Amino acid sequence: MRFMMLIYPGLESEGDWTPDVEAVAAMGRYNEELTKAGVLLALDGLHPSSEGARISFADGKRVVTDGPFAETKELVGGYWIIQTKSKEEALEWAKRVPIGGDVVIELRRIFEMSDFPAELQEAAQLSEPPPAQALEH
Amino acid sequence: MSDAATHSAIEAVWRIESARLIGGLVRIVGDLGLAEDLAQDALVDALRRWPESGVPEKPGAWLMAAAKFRAIDLLRRGRRLEQRQEELARAIGAELALAGAEFDAVISESIEDDVLRLMFACCHPMLATEARVALTLRLLGGLTTSEIARGFLVGEPTIAQRIVRAKRTLTQARAEFAIPDRNELGPRLGSVLEVIYLVFNEGYSASAGEDWIRPTLAEEALRLGRILVELVPGEQEVHGLVALMELQASRFGARTDAAGDPVLLAAQDRGRWDRLLIARGLAALGRAERLAAPAGQYMLQAQIAACHARAASAEQTDWQEITERYEALTRITGSPVVALNRAVAAAMAFGPEVGLALVEPLRGEPSLSGYYLLASVRGDLLARLGRTDEARSEFERAARLTENSRERELLTARATACA
Repeated sequence: MRFMMLIYPGLESEGDWTPDVEAVAAMGRYNEELTKAGVLLALDGLHPSSEGARISFADGKRVVTDGPFAETKELVGGYWIIQTKSKEEALEWAKRVPIGGDVVIELRRIFEMSDFPAELQEAAQLSEPPPAQALEH
Repeated sequence: MSDAATHSAIEAVWRIESARLIGGLVRIVGDLGLAEDLAQDALVDALRRWPESGVPEKPGAWLMAAAKFRAIDLLRRGRRLEQRQEELARAIGAELALAGAEFDAVISESIEDDVLRLMFACCHPMLATEARVALTLRLLGGLTTSEIARGFLVGEPTIAQRIVRAKRTLTQARAEFAIPDRNELGPRLGSVLEVIYLVFNEGYSASAGEDWIRPTLAEEALRLGRILVELVPGEQEVHGLVALMELQASRFGARTDAAGDPVLLAAQDRGRWDRLLIARGLAALGRAERLAAPAGQYMLQAQIAACHARAASAEQTDWQEITERYEALTRITGSPVVALNRAVAAAMAFGPEVGLALVEPLRGEPSLSGYYLLASVRGDLLARLGRTDEARSEFERAARLTENSRERELLTARATACA
């Protein structure tokens, strides 16, 4: 099963964040651990919300609001995607993220197609199946 | 934390730490069976203590220390390893005497070698393939005997026996657990790759095993491949195998229809292919291709899988490149089934006539004489060339040969259509 680990840096203001060499090195070591354990599928860090935007769809209207967003402490700062055998194993990895202070890691399981009922899988079908030919599956 | 929660937490720690733990203990005690026993004892210690004390900050180091104390205890009492026991006890004692940080350093310094050593030990050439598979899944994958048994549709006692015998074989032969040197590395690595790909295929193919365990086996094989590639980053075939598994796994969700029946590659909904795994597979293939070496079988198969992954549709597939890769693969493996695949690819690239010319010499191949796909492929090519009478008899033959009832219906329908 796959999980997304979301990191909430919990900053007072997004301008506060300056990369600390030691913290970056520790995070690098952690990411290397994930890689060496064969569980890491992807990871990315996100720019401050001042470079982002939100789009709302209320009343059938698309309204774009440019960042920065007000509730700084609740903003996502990045994510990992990991593949583990159980939720407990994912939790164990999440507990090992080398951070402190107000940082929060949120663990969420990623949907697989097989988690959906058949009719939803059908609805997600994208293309018309072409005629069968090749040998491989 | 409740007892149940602590137990699941311990199980998770075990999955993360057990390979390093057993690998480290093998280095010290030189016996795979004893190393596993010591690691298990440490786990039992953890199960007894952690529910009260909580899971320690560094659970891996805790387990290693516990196992080493057991090792000293056991060796002092002279239960096993007649001659070297005192010497060993002293060596372990010296390691334990190191203070906190230094102790961690000693452990972590050799962790990577320890895991690699364990991989080579589990896939030792003196063991039969099925024994290697069972031992690898047990000691490196941390799978239970029952999980392995269900994955391979054999009884639990059979798997347990295989594991016990494999460990005994290695002990009796006084197998060296050193990491093979340059000269030996190729074949020893080949044995590890073979085991990993076999586990992957057992999980990937819909032929055997209970449904729920199959993805576990495939994911476990992928995990072992991803670990191995970090341990020996200079080996083309390791990158090639990882690329192949990532690319094949990307199609997992599209391989069966709502009823659970297999869907052929050309008919798969490409929207269901996993883009993340495709990206990972193509990146791994790029790393394999940048390493100078004659193209090996895993890299060639990965290159074929990559042609499919890159194509927006079956029609837009680069069949010419696939044909070339199958040619190279046929030369390496000498496999008639691979040669048949090459003929199919050539027919896609250059037309049915070229494909048929490549199929004809395979008809005398004894290993393909009862193979329904040879008849089915030949029937398809003949039909496309307008030779309907011959096509019909090939489809009828294929229908008689297949063991799959749905396949038989399909082939019978095609035979009828050749009127």
